[in-house]
Parts: sequence; structure tokens; C-alpha cells
Amino acid sequence: MRRFEARWGVLMALPAILGFVIFTVGPMIASFFFSLTDWQVGGQPSFVGLDNYTALADDALFWKSLSATTYYTLGAVPLTLLVSFAVAMLLNQKVRGLALWRTIFYLPTLVPAIANVVLWIWIFNPDFGLLNSLLRQAGLPTSQWVYSEEMAVPSLIIMSTWGFGNTMVIFLAGLQGVPRHLYEAVSIDGGGPWRRFWHVTLPMMTPTIFYNLVVGVVGTFQVFTQAYVMTEGGPNQATLFYVYYIFRKAFTESEMGYASALAWVLFMIIMVVTFLMFRNARRWVYYEMAGAR
Amino acid sequence: MTALATPEKTRARGVAPTAGLRRPRRYGRALLYVALLLGAIPTILPFVWLVRSALMTDTQMFVAPPEWIPDPFQWSNFGEALTAQPFGLYLLNTVIIAVVCVIGTVFTCSVAAFSFARLRWKGRNVVFALLLTGVMLPYAVTIIPTFVMWQELGAIDTFVPLTVPAWFAGAGGGVFNVFLLRQFFLTIPFELDEAAYIDGASPWRVYWTVVMPLSRPAIVVVTIFTFIGTWNDFLGPLLYLQDESKYTLSLGLASFQSVFITQWGYLMAASAAVIAPIVALFFFLQRYFIEGVTLTGIKN
Repeated sequence: MRRFEARWGVLMALPAILGFVIFTVGPMIASFFFSLTDWQVGGQPSFVGLDNYTALADDALFWKSLSATTYYTLGAVPLTLLVSFAVAMLLNQKVRGLALWRTIFYLPTLVPAIANVVLWIWIFNPDFGLLNSLLRQAGLPTSQWVYSEEMAVPSLIIMSTWGFGNTMVIFLAGLQGVPRHLYEAVSIDGGGPWRRFWHVTLPMMTPTIFYNLVVGVVGTFQVFTQAYVMTEGGPNQATLFYVYYIFRKAFTESEMGYASALAWVLFMIIMVVTFLMFRNARRWVYYEMAGAR
Repeated sequence: MTALATPEKTRARGVAPTAGLRRPRRYGRALLYVALLLGAIPTILPFVWLVRSALMTDTQMFVAPPEWIPDPFQWSNFGEALTAQPFGLYLLNTVIIAVVCVIGTVFTCSVAAFSFARLRWKGRNVVFALLLTGVMLPYAVTIIPTFVMWQELGAIDTFVPLTVPAWFAGAGGGVFNVFLLRQFFLTIPFELDEAAYIDGASPWRVYWTVVMPLSRPAIVVVTIFTFIGTWNDFLGPLLYLQDESKYTLSLGLASFQSVFITQWGYLMAASAAVIAPIVALFFFLQRYFIEGVTLTGIKN
């Protein structure tokens, strides 16, 4: 329409476009080329084709990190979804002091990752930590938590579930958006709370559940700080999470080529998993406004 | 929030409130608060543990069964922990980085969002859709080449790699802010722009004097989340900062942890000091926080 509009439009979008090219597209392409080389930091990269990728198949640590990360994701995501949905349901009743309750449940998400880790190392302390102290007082068996190979990942799952506040707030917003007349319709038909939950709340909440699921999976699959500061991947590689393994290959062992191949495999895994989740969503996610979108 | 309660109320009124009907409802309310408490206790407990440990002497900390009230209150833990390493300097570094990032992100993201929401140009929607794909990208794919790039540019051990991307609309995941702001800008009546253009205003003027003043809630949300994100960032400083005088709070706390590995009183005091500013910020801006999280969820 107006010529100046187009000129200004491009100019104002320019930082975002440049940022996308410099910090996203460029590095992605570069990363792919790195992954085709054998490259120690300081040396010259030499082209090796797909060798890094074939080497992955024989790399026990690669498989270990993949299974550790999957284990963590399969534990942390459903547990967080369940806890945050349950608490959101409770808060969605006519609760007195809603703001206070919401604050309490939201607070843990504010703790910086590193402070979180330092705090939980102490909580997991087998001798004088919070968890074992309480268990001992209750006469229950104690655990070595992050210090034992079996319990390390479950411990980190517990720790991550503590930060369910973000997910909960999103659920709460979703619950408050469920149209009241639907509940009234169920009540008129003589349906009780269970019916209301099963036939109204749950179907209406599926888009929110789906959103939290996707964000949760993509996020937890890239867990890093806990492994780096808390466990250093141990004990016995039990918490060798994928991104931590990439970090170690790239910045400790300075094998940039191999690490880039690892990163690209992660990228493809996340793409495939996301794609599958979206495809599967058609079966269970209910979009009332599908036509309106 | 009243969605569930209201139909029940109307029904109860219709059926005539007998004592028999009321009692189960009251039990239900009590049960609800019991359930909430059961959830709240484990949520709060780690904080209680943090504070009580931060204020205890080592001798009191290592007794079984555990004690909950420090005796005496060992306030010196804070003083000693925070002077053992230059946490004041870390705080300053963190604030500098966070402020530069916030200004850059808010400015470049809002300008881009204005362009995508309110200016018409060829290819606009395609470009916007492309940018959005950056949101889903795992950050691990880009860190290695980005690191190599900054190394080639001699920017390692400066704040440049930590702040400059913010001035390109946050780069990567920051694109989400563009999306958020654009959604907000779309709700402002377009007649306002038209009126300004007829008066001879430039798009810049419309952005600055019409759209921005009307978008304060969205700007506050982006500000808060960028600030928190930068404040809490660990991997970035870990990769790019080497000299201890340039450390951020997160990095400082990590190095503190590796030195005072079993000095729990000090560790908890230092952690509490790192957590406190964020929690304080939250209490002041609570409404915006919740609104912001809500916005991120609903808009998808």
C-alpha cells in the first residue's frame, strides 16, 4: 500500500532476521558441516564423511546417555504433569487465599538452576540430609539418593518435579477458561463431580495438556545443569544426560566434530519425537475452535 | 476459578439445603484444604531446610534427629560466605548482563513485533513463520558453532557473547518474545495508526508513541522473563567467562560450591543470597509473573 511502510517494515524486522540467520540458521548449518569432520580444538578439521555418525552406533556412552535421558524424561514429564494438574484442579475450586497458595506452589520455579542443585545436594545428603533425616525419624528405610546408581535418576526426577509451578499455572489458566455452561449441562443431566471431570474438564483441557507435554519433553530432554554440577554424569554414568555428554565431548575432550554429530542426532530425535506427538495428538486432543483458527 | 463451584451452588439451592446435604459439602471443603496442605508442605520444606541450614553452626547441623530451629542463629554464615568470594562483584556482573539483555530484547523484539503485526510488506508472513521455527530448536545444536564463532572473534571471556544476541531479538528461543508481543500488538485498534499516519507520522513514531505506551503489560512480561532467564543462566557464563572477576552469580555459586564442598552452612547461606533477589522481585511483580506464564501457555 504505502511504500514507506514496506521500507520501515523490513528495517524494523531486520534485527530479528539477522539474529535468526547469525545465531540459528548459520550455526545449524555449520554444526552439520562440523559433524562431518574430525576436529580437535586447535587443529585443522579434516573431512571424514559420515564416520562420526557410524562411530556413534558403537559408542556405549552414546547409548547410555540416550537411555539415561529417556528414563529421566519418561519419569519427570508424566510426574510433573500429574502433580501440576492435580494441584491446579484443587486451586480451581473456590479456594480461600488463592494468591497465597499459588505463590507457594510457584516459588520453587524461581530458584536459579545452580542454587537449586546446591540445595538439593544437601537435601539428598545420605547422613544429615533432609530426606534421610525424615525417613529415619519415621522409621523407614533410607536411600543413597544421587549417590547410588539405581536411585540417581529417580532422585533427579523428584528434584525436577519440585519445580512444577510453571506447568501448574498454565493448567490453572486452562481450567479457568473451561466454559461454565458445559458444567451446568452435565449437572442438569444429573451428572456428579466425576462425570463433570471426565466429560467436560478432561476433554476441554487436552490442548493445554498437549502443550505442557510437548514443552516438557523438549525441555527435559535437554537437561544439563544437574548432571554437570551435581553428579558429573555418575555414579557409573547413570546420569550421563545427553546434553551433558555433548558438553563433555566438545568442551572437555575438545572433539568438536564428534560432539556436533551428537548434537545433530539430538536435533533429529527431538524433531521426530515432536512430529510423532503432533501426529498422535489428532487422536486425543480436542480443539473446539478448530474451524475458527 | 468459579467454574466448578457455581453449578453446585445453584443445584444445592434448588434442592433445598437440608443439614444432610450440607455436611458432606463441608467435609469436602475440609478435605480440599487438607489436600492443599499435603501438597504445600513438601513444596515449602526445601526452603525451610535451606534457611535453617543457612543459619546453623556445623555442630548443630550434624545431629540426629535433625533440629529445626537454629540455636544460636549463626548470622555470620552469610557474612563469611559472601566475603569468601567476591559475591558483590558477581552481583554487579549479573546485573550488568541482565540489564543489557533486557533492554536489547525488549527493544529489538518489540520493533520486530511491530513490523510483523502492523506494517505490511512483501514476504512478511513467510519470514515470521520461519523465525518461529527457531523456538523449537534444541539449543545444543547451535552452541558449538556459536562458541567457535565467538572464539574466532576473540570475544571469549567478555560479556559480548552473553549480551549481543539479545540485541538481535533475543536470538533462538528469544523469538518467542516477538511472537508474544505481536499477539498483543494485534489487539490494539488499527485506527490509531491510521490517524497518526494521516497526521504525517512515521512508523517509528507510531511504534513509539501509539503502540508501545498501550502495551505496557506485555512489555513488563517480556522484561521479567528475560531478566529471570539471564539471571539464572548457567551454561552461557560457564562457556564464555573464564576470569573470576567476570563471573556471574550462578557461575560464582558453582565455583563456591566446588571449594566449600561440605561447608553446608556457607553453601546454604550463599544459595539463599542468590535466590532472595528473585523471590523479592516476584513478590513485587506477582501479578505480571502469573499473567506472563499464563500468556505463554494460552497463546499456543
